[in-house]
Amino acid sequence: MSTAAPVLHGESPKAPPSYLQAGHTIKSWLLTGDHKRIAVLYLISVSIFFFFGSLAASMIRVELVSPRGVMLESDTYNKVFTAHGIIMIFFFLIPAIPAVLGNFLLPIMIGARDLAFPRLNLLSWYLYVAGGLCGVLAIAFGGVDTGWTFYTPYSSMYSNTNVALTIIGAFIAGFSSIATGINFIVTVHKMRAPGMTWFRLPLMVWGSYATSLIIVLGTPVVAITLLLVVMERVFHIGVFSPELGGDPVLFQHLFWFYSHPAVYIMILPAMGVINEVITCFTRKRIFGYHFIAFSSLAIAGLGFLVWGHHMFVSSQSMYQGMVFSLLSYLVAVPSAIKVFNWTATIHKGSVRFQTPFLYVLGFIGLFVVGGLTGLFLAAMSIDVHLTDTYFVVAHFHYVMVGGTIMGFLAGLHFWWPKFFGRMYPDSWGKLSALIIFVGFNLTFLPQFVLGYLGMPRRYHYYYFAPEFQFWHIASTAGASILAVGFLIPAVYLLWSLKYGAPAGPNPWGAKGLEWTIPSPPPTTNFLETPVVREEPYAYDAEAEEREEQAKEPTRA
Amino acid sequence: MNFPLMPDQASNFARPYDALFFVLTALTILFTVLVGALVLYFAVRYRKGSRVDRSGAVESHLGLEITWTAIPLLLGLVMFWWAAKLYVDTRQPPKDAMEIFVIGKQWMWHLQHSNGVRENNELHVPVGVPIRLTMISQDVIHSFFVPQFRIKQDVLPGRYTQQWFVATKPGKYNLFCAEYCGTQHSEMGGYIYAMPPQEFQKWLASGGDKKRPNQPTMADLGKALYDRLACANCHGPQDTERGPSLYGLYGAKRRMTDGTVVEADASYIRESIKNPYAKINEGYQNTMPEYRELTEEDLLNLLAYIRTLGTAKAPGPVLGNAGPAQIGGANR
Repeated sequence: MSTAAPVLHGESPKAPPSYLQAGHTIKSWLLTGDHKRIAVLYLISVSIFFFFGSLAASMIRVELVSPRGVMLESDTYNKVFTAHGIIMIFFFLIPAIPAVLGNFLLPIMIGARDLAFPRLNLLSWYLYVAGGLCGVLAIAFGGVDTGWTFYTPYSSMYSNTNVALTIIGAFIAGFSSIATGINFIVTVHKMRAPGMTWFRLPLMVWGSYATSLIIVLGTPVVAITLLLVVMERVFHIGVFSPELGGDPVLFQHLFWFYSHPAVYIMILPAMGVINEVITCFTRKRIFGYHFIAFSSLAIAGLGFLVWGHHMFVSSQSMYQGMVFSLLSYLVAVPSAIKVFNWTATIHKGSVRFQTPFLYVLGFIGLFVVGGLTGLFLAAMSIDVHLTDTYFVVAHFHYVMVGGTIMGFLAGLHFWWPKFFGRMYPDSWGKLSALIIFVGFNLTFLPQFVLGYLGMPRRYHYYYFAPEFQFWHIASTAGASILAVGFLIPAVYLLWSLKYGAPAGPNPWGAKGLEWTIPSPPPTTNFLETPVVREEPYAYDAEAEEREEQAKEPTRA
Repeated sequence: MNFPLMPDQASNFARPYDALFFVLTALTILFTVLVGALVLYFAVRYRKGSRVDRSGAVESHLGLEITWTAIPLLLGLVMFWWAAKLYVDTRQPPKDAMEIFVIGKQWMWHLQHSNGVRENNELHVPVGVPIRLTMISQDVIHSFFVPQFRIKQDVLPGRYTQQWFVATKPGKYNLFCAEYCGTQHSEMGGYIYAMPPQEFQKWLASGGDKKRPNQPTMADLGKALYDRLACANCHGPQDTERGPSLYGLYGAKRRMTDGTVVEADASYIRESIKNPYAKINEGYQNTMPEYRELTEEDLLNLLAYIRTLGTAKAPGPVLGNAGPAQIGGANR
């Protein structure tokens, strides 16, 4: 790793040990304050939850091959799709990018030694694990069958399953998010290196910052709302049940006040990742830096004003619905701006088709479909027919899997060498990106048709409408391809930890402070505080091409 | 095995709905192809090592930014307006619509025609006649969804919601519960039978599928209940010390003891029977017992009877005025 000695460490006689070598005991991991180690702890835990969430998804897809089910009772089926939703949303999608990639990179990207509150950071991981354990216990002791949305009065008065324990799990996990959010906000404000002005921040930092604002403002609302459900369920304090003088629709308002912005908690960090990867693999400055940065803030702000578009058929008043519909069209605009700016970034670049970039291409394709189909659901009359059908299921999977997971995988493949100092085989990476893209579309495109045909979501049987079966079989076939696509990276990434070629400090030729330090970085990241003297993404495609072409004759 | 691409168009809403749906679909395909093609074209054309002109790359362009902000915004506003107009139609049933009452419960639909004919999980309707559904749930939230009609409305416990349609094509259509409601959610459904009007009239007169003609109407049943519970002791033809008269109550605006003015619609009257403490008419004290044991069916019958005692707004639908504010004052 001597080649890794960067300019900034010029004076240090001997390279300090990497954060991975800074201690080998279990205690050194479980009591660490190092943001990088905490990121690794998160990576392990979200991967475990992703595995179980995917297992539940597979059971759902197998079950729906036949109009009368294959192996499960309806009660079990309901518990399986609930487990899938709760695990994937609360324990994978929300923490995945901020707590793994954000935790690792945010301090390094701004030239800091750690987050502002390292112990709060560790606490957030413990809270996450505690919340996750509550969820696991709730599933182990019989499960929960409310759907991840916990709609009242079903959840508060009628369900006979472990609703309270699950909600307490989600509640605790919520505080884990809040802790991370506060930590990020303070860190970005107070710990930027000299010269790292706001408009020199990598856009990943802007994305994480906007996400943190949403987390801090929105999560307390859902936490208290879920607690009210428990109060009604356990102590019969009437809030949502009409039998106790409450209002069931009130729950939906409070729930979506958080849970719609939560969609942006999941997608904004992924958009941040895309900026970093796309600039590196096109060797271009980002097109429209300010527009992308402010569009993140616009999404964070407007995202709080559109929750009622989940409730066009819930009995919400017509005029209220109109306001929500209009605002939903407005919130679509900043996302469109980002997509067009990314497209323009590729123009006149020097494009390298390596694994992270293929994931970015996949992200753009799937996110565009996810975003545009959202416009169907924001259109009031169109939503009437489509809401609570497979159209909605397909739409949000395009956004969450196509957007968030593709973004997460793009980032993971981009920074994997930085995390662990090893390269994975690029050809396997490209293959996995291709298989995931194909499998994903085959799984979820048929679900748009199913939804338009009228297949309601959360249905175990459909023998009364056997014409749905063709599309369900197509979807399940796609899901099995998708599963293979997710297994391949799991294998070669783990393989690379031991057998991968050493990465060196900057295997991609990328800009950004994280690429100026060794891979894996030392515990303190920087030996001396870096001074930032250039704009972000100071790539020059033209110059790199000139160099490459000058080399060419000797190669020939 | 067949692979259908779209549901039957069987109501007045289906064609206008599909027109907008197809426009949105076309726009989605257009923009996806546009972005996809541009991204791939740029990526391949400017791949590393290709000898193309890379000079003069810009890193921001205000004109472009404004263009690609304005075009989606304008298209979005058009779509919003188009969809909102259609939505308003779906929320405003014609005054002369035929009324059918829906009670949702775990896990079945109970449907009642005004003349007393009842059905479970099946609904017979005439083609060409506007039908208004007034709906309530006995337990959790359900949702009344008929894909071939492109209609859906949640059915709530504690207050009435409604929706309407005109069936345009005789046939058998799916009825689904679209809001997750527990174990047998997926089996909480049945069929809508749209029949030619004369056939429907014959069916209705002969007492429906159960062939029980001349059943007491809902208002008859309500009157019997009104008498059995001795409601008239306090709520007679004239206001008494104990309670206001219910004659002409329906649809009237009444002032409450807390100063608010409430329209006496179906949800208000229902609440005042189940839980009289919730809102108290100005000038009265609450001496009325809570009739919590009444079923949703009883309450619908009582409402049908109270409606016959005269309304403030004549001539109106049986249950409430289906104005923008919706039945039940649900605008929070």
